[in-house]
Amino acid sequence: MRKKNHGGGLLAYALCYLAFLYVPVLFLPLFSFNQSVFIAFPLSGFTTQWYAQMLADDAMLKALGNSLVVGATTALLSTLLGLLAAKALTRYRVPGGAALLGFTSLPLFIPDIVLGISLLLLLNAVAVPLSLLSVICGHTLICVPFAITVLMSRLEGFDKSLEEASLDLGETGWTTFWRVTFPLALPGIISSLLLTFIVSFDEFLIAYFLAGNDATLPIYIWSQLRFPYKLPSVLALGAAILVASAVLVVFAEWIRSRGLEGRRAVMVGA
Amino acid sequence: MSEDPFLRIEHVTKRFADVVAVDDADLTIRRGEFFSLLGPSGCGKTTLLRIIAGFEFPDSGEIYCDGVRLTDEPANVRPSNMVFQSYAIFPHLNVFDNIAYGLRREHLTPSDLKVRVTEALAMIKLEGLGARWADELSGGQRQRVALARALVRRPKMLLLDEPLGALDRRLRETMQLELRALQKSLGITFVFVTHDQEEALSMSDRIAVMSGGRILQVATPRTLYEAPSCREVADFIGEMNFFSGWISARDGASAQIDLGALGSFNVVAPQSAGTRVLVALRPEKIMLSDAGVKGSVSAAAFLGERSHYFVKVESLAEPIAVAVQNSALTPGHAVGDIVHLAWSADALVILPAD
Repeated sequence: MRKKNHGGGLLAYALCYLAFLYVPVLFLPLFSFNQSVFIAFPLSGFTTQWYAQMLADDAMLKALGNSLVVGATTALLSTLLGLLAAKALTRYRVPGGAALLGFTSLPLFIPDIVLGISLLLLLNAVAVPLSLLSVICGHTLICVPFAITVLMSRLEGFDKSLEEASLDLGETGWTTFWRVTFPLALPGIISSLLLTFIVSFDEFLIAYFLAGNDATLPIYIWSQLRFPYKLPSVLALGAAILVASAVLVVFAEWIRSRGLEGRRAVMVGA
Repeated sequence: MSEDPFLRIEHVTKRFADVVAVDDADLTIRRGEFFSLLGPSGCGKTTLLRIIAGFEFPDSGEIYCDGVRLTDEPANVRPSNMVFQSYAIFPHLNVFDNIAYGLRREHLTPSDLKVRVTEALAMIKLEGLGARWADELSGGQRQRVALARALVRRPKMLLLDEPLGALDRRLRETMQLELRALQKSLGITFVFVTHDQEEALSMSDRIAVMSGGRILQVATPRTLYEAPSCREVADFIGEMNFFSGWISARDGASAQIDLGALGSFNVVAPQSAGTRVLVALRPEKIMLSDAGVKGSVSAAAFLGERSHYFVKVESLAEPIAVAVQNSALTPGHAVGDIVHLAWSADALVILPAD
């Protein structure tokens, strides 16, 4: 608690900011339990029917399954590729390393719609049919820069003589990776998996261009917005995703803080 | 310690981009020797050590250890182990697992492994700390764990990269003695990198002084101190006065050297008459006496068992540094006192002129 006049103003600002962030989001769960099909006040009564409707919707469940598959595959692929790139860029004298890093982060700055169109044109040109696989490719492309950024900061965070010590103690490059680099980079690897999963899970534009007949969840939701009577079950879905993300974030944070306590040392290099 | 050439470094050169980190290093280290690479930071000593360890590979030249060519061998198959400057204790493993790390490939039974690690812990006097984590250790303890982790593999050669640099002065002095005792009892070759000349002098059997990637001189501590081969070595090891002079006459092996206002001295020097030379003289080889070169004290520092003076001699640009042992018989001097400086001719070190 600092000086009162400062504290009061800043506290009000912080509360407004939090309200701005979260109040709109809270409408989702609120109206998902509302009996009326229409999204309007006053509320007309409590119901769980929209959740039942959501669970009975096979197309939606399929889209959810598609998104989970795409998200998980994208997270694994981009984290793996990101780890290799981060290792190369932080541990070896790569000629033109800075330029290489710039190029790998370029997808962050290209508008997704441009990427989506160009990938569509490319896949058409080489006659690759559109499927979840093409979505995974597109998502991996935009997720690798996130993975590289997260993992590079992690790899730079510990002393590289730890890896040299392992080589010196008789391990090969590969076993050194498993015995030293991987365990020390693990918090970064988990962050990277979560981040790239989330990026893929709610990505719409590229998926819209590349999905073909297999809708991912954002595409499915988008298509349902045309039908007003479907809206409440989309809200129910949104609320469920919200809860799942919150649980995921809390879990990740719990893992991280447990890691910090039990293995405080993982934090510091030397 | 025997005379056999245990580690041979033959004309090793290593460049990083435009910088020549190690320039034609040629060196032989003997079995069981405590050998130091000494020099200011950036002189190439750490690069040379890393080449010996197998973390860097020379652009040209060869390395042999015990008759086996190591030049292209990676670190994990070399018969040496290293103590890193940062100690590089694995933060995700406890002390026991850190020390056991390099024993995995020996496929020991769990009880044999335990015996080996326990022995190593006893050697570094950290019995019972096997379950500790790296961040629960003091700097000195980390240093000992790094030492045990390297030595538990029973290497032919231990490489140490400024291992005492991060310790406070008192601990550093204790560790110097312990390292030296450990090296003598194990009888294995130590290659020790340091920028601290006192540390190198007190611990080493022989020292290679490096500067700008080149090895300037390889000699015992006493020889380096008493008979440096060039100005850089003389300057780097201890305090030194430098005078310019020339050989005014010579008679067989002995020569007469003319130091201008400081007088002429008969010395043993190979240079022919008329050659310009650089003459070096240690401050503690100069006596304050009743006769000799006259000068006035321009600065005085009392350091307990000894005193340091700067004496300005007319016609010399630089004042002469003098170190005197204090005793009941030696009077102290104050700034402005007139003193006379004397030294014996064999205290003079004759070096090639710059």
